Amino acid sequence: MRDVAIIGAYTTVFGELWEKSLRDTAVEAGVGAIEDANVAGEEIDAMYVGNMSGGKFVGQEHIGALVADYAAGLAREFHIPSTRVEAACASGGLALRQAIMAVSSGFHDVVIAAGAEKMTDIDGTGVTDALAAAADREWEGIMGATFPGLYAMIARYHMHKYGTTSEQLASVAVKNHDNGVHNPIAQFRNKITIDQVLRSSKVADPLRLLDCSPVTDGAAAVVVVPADIAKKYTDTPIYVKASSQASDTISLDDRRDIATLDASVFAGKWAFEMAKLTPKDIDFVEVHDCFTIAEICAIEDLGFFKKGDGGRASYDGDTRIGGKIAVNPSGGLKACGHPVGATGIKQACEAVYQLRGEAGKRQVPNAKYAMTHNVGGSGATCAVHIFSNER
Amino acid sequence: MPVPRFWREQKGRYNLIGTYCKKCGKHFYPARSICPFCRRSGEIEDFQFKGKGEIVTYSVIHASSEDFDHLTPYILAIVKLDEGPCITTQIVDEPTDIKIGDRVKAVFRRLGSDGKAGIIYYGTKFVIDN
Repeated sequence: MRDVAIIGAYTTVFGELWEKSLRDTAVEAGVGAIEDANVAGEEIDAMYVGNMSGGKFVGQEHIGALVADYAAGLAREFHIPSTRVEAACASGGLALRQAIMAVSSGFHDVVIAAGAEKMTDIDGTGVTDALAAAADREWEGIMGATFPGLYAMIARYHMHKYGTTSEQLASVAVKNHDNGVHNPIAQFRNKITIDQVLRSSKVADPLRLLDCSPVTDGAAAVVVVPADIAKKYTDTPIYVKASSQASDTISLDDRRDIATLDASVFAGKWAFEMAKLTPKDIDFVEVHDCFTIAEICAIEDLGFFKKGDGGRASYDGDTRIGGKIAVNPSGGLKACGHPVGATGIKQACEAVYQLRGEAGKRQVPNAKYAMTHNVGGSGATCAVHIFSNER
Repeated sequence: MPVPRFWREQKGRYNLIGTYCKKCGKHFYPARSICPFCRRSGEIEDFQFKGKGEIVTYSVIHASSEDFDHLTPYILAIVKLDEGPCITTQIVDEPTDIKIGDRVKAVFRRLGSDGKAGIIYYGTKFVIDN
């Protein structure tokens, strides 16, 4: 296996981008990453595109070819292989992992990993239905299980077992909005209060509207190359120290413990083993906070806090920039928004910006090691990556 | 939903029939044709669950997909059946009246329908049985 580095990264603005189509955002991200990497179009060997549900959101499948076609003539002129990767909300993380494996194995040298989702071309109930397809349609969906509903059941169980409170859940959203204020790509750049979260409308009790990540359009891309040639393109390559992926039962009800995402536990454990690091070494982590409870479970399941302590840690400020471990300095899915297929790549972009020291007012000081954590469904898939600015 | 897609799962949905592995003694709902613990050496056969269990966790759903909009707010729950497996279901009761640990029993209920002239889906929900 060859060491791998990221030499370019680009995230579009996330939000309700009514003037932009799926292909518009994907192309902007792809071209942005290529320019940031300073590579020529003819050097690119392959691309992987994370996209959860083009079919349901915009009636478009065959996303790999579509994006390659419209991004810098990669299909029409160079005919490079382009592969769409799908694992619900972890589609982006898996696309990145495919790109890393393609380069690490020696199969390709210069590979783009992109992610894109266009979610606002259908109405809210349509979005709810498309996202519910990430769960078990035959046995969860048919009983009226929505995505917030599944995470709400995780939250209720976590509260029952560990005494986690609604205020602790809310503190996750408050912190992520505080970070998002300083992120130019974030959908929401406003501060919120715990009281506002607790007074927002009920979505799936105990989760309220401001416990949930929003519906978002957006795309992101990175360029991956062998570490040995990275300095040819940039003075600040970001090295991939670990790439891992784990699976769990598709249904939440089948899990060993409702409040633990074993896919996160295993992907995290394997990533730390691969990088020869421990949670103490990590300077910041971008976790998959599709709901506030998801961030609390993530920081526990990845080993940053012991099981049951995540709510307290969040409320006490341990996860703020400057706290014990900065969690979601980008603003996370809550403030940046969650264009599902793009999120895993956007997390990697944030790692790149932070490790290059380019994150402005949300910069984690002296960051050397970053982790990203991308979850599909209610936890049936998890991708974890560790990055560093040192080889 | 096309009629065959619902029809082929009727046994499990109407009558709470799952499977059981004779080798390891574990029960599965919904039915699994391969035991995830014994894999190819398992011996799977149908199993009729009694339909009694307790609430592991639940949520009161206020925002749903279109198919369930007329039911909101409704109680979505994970119920642990006495034989072992957990099932995602609805609890037919007042949202204020339930708590984790409540005993429940299965009832046959309408799940939904395909518009006014389409097929009507039935299946198993639960009621409080303390």
